[in-house]
Amino acid sequence: MFGLKSSSLFSDTKKLEREIDEFVDILSEVGLVFKSIVPTYLNHSANGKFDEMVEKVKDMESKADKITKEVEHTLYEETLIPDARSDVLRLLEHMDELIGMYQGNCYHFSIQKPNFPKEFHQDLIELTETVVSCVEALCLTVRSFFRDIKTVRDNGHKVTFYEKESDIKFSALARRIFDSELPLDQKMHLRYFVEKIDRICDQAEDIADEIQIYAIKRTV
Amino acid sequence: MDISIIIFLLGGLFLGWSLGANDAANVFGTAVGTKMVRFKTAAIVCSIFVILGAIISGAGTTETLGKLGAINALPGAFAACVAAGLSVYLMTKAGLPVSTTQAIVGAIVGWNLYTGSATNVKVLITILGTWVLCPVIAGLIAMGFFTLTKSFFSKRRLHILRLDAYTRTALLLAGAFGAYSLGANNIANVMGVFVPISPFTDISISNFFVFSSKEQLFLLGGIAIAVGVFTYSKRVMFTVGNDLLKMSPVAAFIVVVSHSIVLFLFASQGISNFLQSINLPSIPLVPVSSSQAVVGAIIGIGLLKGGKEVKWSVAGKITIGWFTLPIIAALISMFLLFILSNIFNLSVFI
Repeated sequence: MFGLKSSSLFSDTKKLEREIDEFVDILSEVGLVFKSIVPTYLNHSANGKFDEMVEKVKDMESKADKITKEVEHTLYEETLIPDARSDVLRLLEHMDELIGMYQGNCYHFSIQKPNFPKEFHQDLIELTETVVSCVEALCLTVRSFFRDIKTVRDNGHKVTFYEKESDIKFSALARRIFDSELPLDQKMHLRYFVEKIDRICDQAEDIADEIQIYAIKRTV
Repeated sequence: MDISIIIFLLGGLFLGWSLGANDAANVFGTAVGTKMVRFKTAAIVCSIFVILGAIISGAGTTETLGKLGAINALPGAFAACVAAGLSVYLMTKAGLPVSTTQAIVGAIVGWNLYTGSATNVKVLITILGTWVLCPVIAGLIAMGFFTLTKSFFSKRRLHILRLDAYTRTALLLAGAFGAYSLGANNIANVMGVFVPISPFTDISISNFFVFSSKEQLFLLGGIAIAVGVFTYSKRVMFTVGNDLLKMSPVAAFIVVVSHSIVLFLFASQGISNFLQSINLPSIPLVPVSSSQAVVGAIIGIGLLKGGKEVKWSVAGKITIGWFTLPIIAALISMFLLFILSNIFNLSVFI
């Protein structure tokens, strides 16, 4: 019955709810790890603790991938939420890309080992913190979309706020890097990292915008 | 049973089939079209409940149609049914959301006019009044339900997936109620004209259970509706689900419930008696249009949302249908009666 076995309708639903919650948890946790990774890298360079953290991000990314596939499979197999299915799947994919961006940043630090002079450390850490706060606000927006549609707008607004903050911090740091006496190749190299971190915010804002549209579609 | 009786009954069964093919979509269209409920599930539930509604609660509306004009010869009833079916077909082709209800009333009046029988004007006015009331009440009920549902969801904070599971269950239950109401309210259109001249006799099982001739007719009509649901409603359901009603499954549930309540109200002897017992005006038991109840409910929700989504042209078409369909049905009915009595030498009235 209902397009799937009636006995499994509510158990499937509960399982999916758990999986989606878990996915958002992972995105949030990856951000928190990333927030520690940058200062760890800057203070101790690429030592054992840093590699350990990168490995942790990699594991979380794989777990998120697995959940995305499972959710996708169940939603289509059991024809659940036909009206919002494509929106939910696109949302999960874009959030997965966000996790991938965190992971990519970690790998780039690990492989390219950028040499940030001490004078830029605090600015880079602050930029990273703003980016992670932006993604945290996105996690709240996503949870709102699933559970409390009324608060989507408020949380989405926070994402926009942090994105603007991040832009300001990125511009200031990039300007300071290029105003410094460092050789041009190093300036370019550092700018690349700063820009890559800032892009996480851009992606988060795009997702928040998408969610606000999905929320309008979902109003009764 | 005489073969001619079966042929004449076919007119009613055809009407039943077309009712099942078209009006089942009002009950399950959005649920099936949006893939919230499988067609097979919808068809089974719809068929069972249409038959139950027809047998258990179909008597009230049939009695009202009987008061409008008691067709007393099988060929006459056949002509009325065919006229109703044909006129519905023609108007549907013209894109008007009409119903068998209006057609059969027109056809009965046509029979009255042709045979010189008196038309009960009081009953006719009551029937016409309910046609106007039907979409209006459906709209008001939908507005009330919509407001309640909105405030319920804003308080409950249901997960989108949990909401989906509840909505599926609710759509199925509302569909079952809708099918029951449809059977109860609209069986009169299909079999009402045959009741005074039923070819069946009461079946008594050890004096404990009596299956009356009327109930046998209603069972037959219910089965015809069910056949219509299984054989032809799928396409209509997908059209309704995907093209006409662009609304969320929750809004669809509200529409189905509102439609079902209206059909049930105008078919329930119990509610009518209860209202009378507490000195309130009783509800006339009249077959009303399922399609127009749905459109009324959609307009109600549209008005609550600010009125931008309301297609007033559809409301206009409904109004046109109230006047034109019965007239066309009456004319076709008179034409068929003329042919049956003058060319086939059949007695269309006693």
